[in-house]
This record gives sequence, structure tokens and C-alpha cells, in this order.
Amino acid sequence: MYQYILKRVLLTIPTLLGAAALVFLLMRLIPGDICLVRLGGGGGSFDPKALAACHAEIGVDRPVIVQFLEFIWGIVRFDFGTSMWSGKPVTTEIVARLPISLEIALLATAVAISIAIPLGTISALKQNTWIDVAVRIFAIGGIATPSFWLGIVSILLVLDVSNAITGTPWMPPIDYVPIWKDPIRNLSMAVLPAITVGYRYAAVSMRMTRSAMLEVMREDYVRTARAKGLTNKLIVNRHALKNALLPVVTLLGIEFAFLIGGLVVTEQVFNLNGVGRLFVQAVQNQDYTLTQALVMLTVAVFVFTNLIVDLLYGWLDPRIRFS
Amino acid sequence: MRTWFLKAGLSAALAACVVLPATAQTPKRGGTLTYMIPADGGPSLDGHKETTYAVLHATAPFYSTLIRVNPENPSSTTDFICDLCTEMPVPTDGGLTITFKIRQGVKFHDGTPLDAHDVAVSWRRIVFPPLGVSSAREAAYPMVDKIEDPDETTVIFKLKFATLSFMPALADPWAYIYSRRILEKDQHFHERNIMGSGPFKFEALEIGQSIRGVRNPDYYYPGQPYLDGFNAIFAPKQQTRVDAIRADRAALEFRGQSPSARDQLVKELGDKITVQESDWNCGNVFTPNHKRKPFDDVRVRKALFMAVDQWRGAEALRKIAIVRTVGGIVFPGSPFAATTDELTGFPGFSTDIEKSRAEARRLLKEAGAEGLSVEMLNRNVDQPYIIVGTWLVDEFRKIGVTVTQKIVPTGPWLDAMRTGDFTLAMEANCQMVVNPIADSGRYLPHEIYKENFAFHDDPVQVEIYNKMVRETDPAKARVLMRAYERQIIEVGAHQLPTLWFYRILPIRSYVKGWKISTSHYLNQNLANIWLDR
Repeated sequence: MYQYILKRVLLTIPTLLGAAALVFLLMRLIPGDICLVRLGGGGGSFDPKALAACHAEIGVDRPVIVQFLEFIWGIVRFDFGTSMWSGKPVTTEIVARLPISLEIALLATAVAISIAIPLGTISALKQNTWIDVAVRIFAIGGIATPSFWLGIVSILLVLDVSNAITGTPWMPPIDYVPIWKDPIRNLSMAVLPAITVGYRYAAVSMRMTRSAMLEVMREDYVRTARAKGLTNKLIVNRHALKNALLPVVTLLGIEFAFLIGGLVVTEQVFNLNGVGRLFVQAVQNQDYTLTQALVMLTVAVFVFTNLIVDLLYGWLDPRIRFS
Repeated sequence: MRTWFLKAGLSAALAACVVLPATAQTPKRGGTLTYMIPADGGPSLDGHKETTYAVLHATAPFYSTLIRVNPENPSSTTDFICDLCTEMPVPTDGGLTITFKIRQGVKFHDGTPLDAHDVAVSWRRIVFPPLGVSSAREAAYPMVDKIEDPDETTVIFKLKFATLSFMPALADPWAYIYSRRILEKDQHFHERNIMGSGPFKFEALEIGQSIRGVRNPDYYYPGQPYLDGFNAIFAPKQQTRVDAIRADRAALEFRGQSPSARDQLVKELGDKITVQESDWNCGNVFTPNHKRKPFDDVRVRKALFMAVDQWRGAEALRKIAIVRTVGGIVFPGSPFAATTDELTGFPGFSTDIEKSRAEARRLLKEAGAEGLSVEMLNRNVDQPYIIVGTWLVDEFRKIGVTVTQKIVPTGPWLDAMRTGDFTLAMEANCQMVVNPIADSGRYLPHEIYKENFAFHDDPVQVEIYNKMVRETDPAKARVLMRAYERQIIEVGAHQLPTLWFYRILPIRSYVKGWKISTSHYLNQNLANIWLDR
């Protein structure tokens, strides 16, 4: 097992380096640079000498190969440099945004799991009944509805309903406070985005749970369990669900990894100062170092999540563990 | 002459449509103002280095400047008052020497005294930046020869030539006064830290999210600031800002909202919202690339200008976009701006649009450019770039010219213009303090003003500008401005200024004391704001 984990961890190194090289080159293919955006973005006049000074300050006037080697050397030393936009270390920029993104991702995952697994299972067990149809409509609605639209509508709904009830419109706070400082304010900001993101996430997972359950319920070992006279509850809980969860766990893992850095529009809609918003900002500003670091973070999260999912496989299915 | 100039400035101030309570009230002390900054967070915190309002809206309340626009009359294009100086100086030595006396007893937030040496060191950093220091506005002071500080209360600006553009340039809101003791140790200190002498002291910065300030009890304007503090939240999305004002999560933003956002808030909040509006010292400039055929032909450029009906366009676009006023190359509220009569003779400003378009079609035929089909570079910003661009495309269609927009993000947009990789472009022209002579310098040929992307050559235009920049009689300078404008729009048809932007600020009615200005860069130190609740 340890050898397996070590092998998987070592495999992440070429993956990360490949991603680093790719993002380094792609960023530099975009016309323009951060100094132009910084000095000319406001539409005002700026001094060409200031542009040259800016290029020299952030080092983009050096040969690309020198910049690339410096970047790779930085990665090897876990030094991702400073943001070209803010001048702060990229780790400071990312760490400032990570808590809210992580919190939304965890809450959305909790929402998704708590909806998807029970409803997906019930839908499979009650196949082709009105319950199944209702659950499938609910799931298709979640897949078809963009999260950002749901976010905008939910804010407007909260504003209008609170106005109708109290006479004063209310909306979640637009600035983040850590949960340990003010739990109520924190949750009042995080719950709405978690639900809007979690709904789509739940819908996808629900359909996966349903189809996996339908498949498992037709397996020989389920039939054998029935023949032995086990109750339906026991069959579902002990034999079917655990096996049906394998593809669901994979999906949950991929979705969770996506949520760290992928909530670009939702973070904008709810004014969440998260990693997704930072990502867009970095690309728009052509902040090479920050974008490169964020891509590395995203790749690392995906790789790590996949590793966790693989390890969960072993727990869920002893055959994988023993082989 | 001076009286004429002041009257003109006053009438310009009155032209700004500001909806304010009729009676003056006694300011109340206390409370925290929450406002939004429509951006994702600025780059560094150094005002001398940066250009985005995201930095200015976050940092201006912490700093003092030498002079500034009058916060009680910020719509005026000519009303400047002292901030750190004791009285506005009268230039001597034929306008070549300007001597400021500096207030005594002013302290930086760390308790150290501020004197003329700090002012001079800060200004030298802006005008003559030391090696390794970037000053975004160094080029705005070609007239400055030396900055002297003979004692603790005197700063003297020695000019190479006398010019009307110097005093407005000195009211630059970015010209923060830094402590010379800090600069001597670290020229880059203010990129990462805030330490000024303004009405508010720095409290906290949450990266990319918010910045907070608390009242400076030692502020040199007695009784000010009225607020206990402020909390500025970065909120890039317009709908979030509208919702936040509606739910009173924030009282206002200082940049500008769209007409639809204003209408929505007024409808929903009634008298709980007050709207302040003003012409905005920003606009788009339609620029043909003179190096690309057929726009090397003045007839083709002029034909495109003549297709545009700015007067009817203004009426229609003001309902959906942040544009409103038809104007030439000078901000419409300025005494230097062209009158309606002066404008209507220019291509692109005709009041008889059918006649103008007939002439445009004739010019295109004469130049062999009938049925022209070209691409126009534009920036991926809705308000108002894309809206104005779409309107222009439709105007050109009316003379048989097919234009398609190539809409790209800011970086590639600037890059394409700088490298000349475009045929037509929508440029931006966003200035701060209304400084007609300096601002109109952006129309100079690329060889002189590197950020002009028409890539044209016009010695006559340059000659007129050089005369104007050294003319100290406002009336004579105005005459030269008309000749310069005519050369740009009519004779050379180099570039066409389109509708000027319009600043719309819906503000929670409990916010008092603050008045809208001609630029979102001005009047941001918040010292005179108070909350009536």
C-alpha cells in the first residue's frame, strides 16, 4: 500500500512540471503584458519610460528562456515568486483567498452528498415510479441551470422576500469574515453560494448514484442476498450502496477539485474573494507568476484529490486493496 | 481676462447636474462609511507608481497633497485650493517661479512632523524619479526645471517655460506626500505600506477584499474628518454593487453606475437614494490607422467621421450607456471647450446629417473606397466601449462602409494599438483634473506622444500645440485650441472624439457632504463626508 502511495506521489512530479511548462508558454502567447494593463488599463496617459521601468522591475524584459529556467528553479525550491500585479508573494495572494474557496467547496460537497446519495438511491429503488420521475426532473433541472444564474436569482429572491416581509431588503454580506471570528456572518455569506453550487453538483452526482445503483441491484450477489432472505434495507445498505458508490466517489472527487479555483462566476456573483476570482484577475491582468502558481495549485489539487479517491477505492472495494 | 476665465469656470460647475439638498446642514460626527471599489483589488499601494482608480479609491483618504480640486466645488474645472500649502501662490518671474508656503504643525500618522522637505522630496520623486523608481506621471511635468525647498516652510517650483497647464497638473490627486525619512530608507516602502498625513489612518487591508481606515485625530482641518472610519470593499461586478446599495451593505461606489442601475435603485429605494451626476473627463476616441490603406487618404478618414451623427447618437445612447455630451477634444465643462456652434462645422458634428452623409459617400467614391469593409479593434468593456462601438458600426453602415468589431481584453487591445496591428480602433481618453492643454496633448502625433495610435504626421498640428502650451493668456490659448482641434478633426481628420462619458452615482441619502466631480479620480479623501443617521 505504501509503495502504491509513493508511486502515485512521485508520478505527480512530471505532471506538475509538464503543466508548468505548458502554462508558462501559453501565457506568453497572449499579446500584451501586465505593464500595459497596469499603466494603460484606466484609459489615461502614461509615460513610455514608466512602461520600460515596469518591464525592468518585474523582469519581463529578460530573454524568455531565462525567465523559464528561473520559474522552473523556483518550482523545484517551492518558491513561486511574487505577483507581478501586486508585488506580494503569490503564496500570500493565494492563502488569502483559499479559506473562502475551501469553505464553499466543502459546504457545496456536503449539500451535494446529502441530496445526491439518498435521492439517487431512492430513485433507483423506485425506478419508473412518480418518485423516480420527480427526482430525475429535479436532477435535470440542476444540470441545466447555470450556477451563476441561480446565484443571481437567489440573491434577488432574498432581497425581494426580505423586503416584502420586513420592509427592508436584505442580502448576504459582501465581505468575508472567517468562521472562527463571526460564525453567523460567515455562514450567512457562504450558505447561498454553497446551495447554488451544491445543487448542480448534487444533480450530477444524483444521476450517477441512480445509474450505479440500478446496475448493482441487478448483480448476482444482490440476487443471492435476496435468496438468503435478507431484508431490502440490509441489502441496499450493506451490499449495494457501498459498491454503487465507487463511480460516485470518483465524480465527487473531480467535482471537489474543480470547485477549488473553478467557481469563477459564482465567486463574482456573490462577491467572494476566492481563488476562482483571483484566477480570472490574474489572467486578465496577464500576471504570469500568479497565473502559473494558480495553475500549479489547481493541478496539485486535482492530483491530490485523485490520489485520495484511489485510496478510497481500496477502502470501498477490498479487491482493489488486496491486488 | 481672469474674470472671464472664472465666470466660465463657474458656469461649467453649474452645468454639472448635481442633485443635492437645497439647504446646508450641520455635519454630524461619527459612523463608518462603507463604500465599494468596482475592481478586483489594486496592484501596489504607491500612488506615484499606479494609475488605476482601484488604488486611488483605496488609498487617497490616507494621504495629503499639495493642492487639490476644491471639495466644495469639485465640478469646477478651474477651482483649486490648498491642501498642505497655506495659500494659492501667484506666479512670479514671468510665470516661471511658483512659491508655496507649507502649513506648520502637520504630522504624519506615525507622529513625525511634515514639512516642506517632505513635500519637495515627494514631488521630486514624481517629476524626477530616482533610478529604480517608477513614476507613472513623470511625463506630465515637462515644464518643471527644478523643485527647491530652501527651508521648512517653503517649496519652490522653477519652470522651464510658463504655461497654463502647470497649476491643474499640480492638483494631481495621485501626488501623495510621503515622509522623506521613510523614502530615504526605502523608496519602495509605499508600494506595500500606507503611511501618510491624510484624514484617515490605516487600519487594515484584507488582500483583494477590503481596506479600512480610522479617523486621524491630528488632521489639520479642524473638526474633520467627520467619520469615525471607513470600510472600502472591492466589488467588481455591477449587479453586486447595485444589490449591495439596495440592501445597504454599502452606501455607494465612487466610479459610476449605468443609467439602468440608477433607474433601478431610484425605483426601489425612492428617497433613500440620492443621485449625483456629472459630465466625466473620459471619452472614446475613434482612431483610423494612417499607416493602413485606404486610411492613409484623408478623404476616407473624413468620410467615416462625416457618417457619424453625434447629436442624435447622444440622445439615444444616454438612455443605455454612460455617455451623454457631445464635445470636441476638450472636456465640455471647460472654458477651453468648443461651443456647439464651433463644433458643428467639423466632420462628425454636423447637424444636417443627410447632407453630411451624402458628402461622405462622394468622398469615398472620389477616393475609390466605395463598399469598404474593415475591422475595428475594441476593448471587451461593455460600458461604454462596446455600446459606442456598436453604434459607430451602424453609423458607418449608412454610408455603405461595413465595419466589424474585434473585441479583445485590455492587454491584447493595448498591444494591438501599440504595434499598429489594427485598421480602426476605439481608443480611450480618460483624464483626471481637467487640464485642457495637457489633456489634449494625447492627440499629438505618435512621434511626439507615444500613446497616440493614429500613427499620423502633422507638423502644423505640432506647431500649434507648441505655441498653445507656452501661451499664458487664456483667451489666446483658447483661440489656439480651436485651431489645434480643427487640425485634428477637420483638416487632418486624424481622430474623432466621440461622446463624453457621464458619471452617475446613486448614493444612500444618509451620506452627506460629498459632491461629485468631473473625474472618479478626484475628491476622494473623504474628509468632508458625514452620515445623517
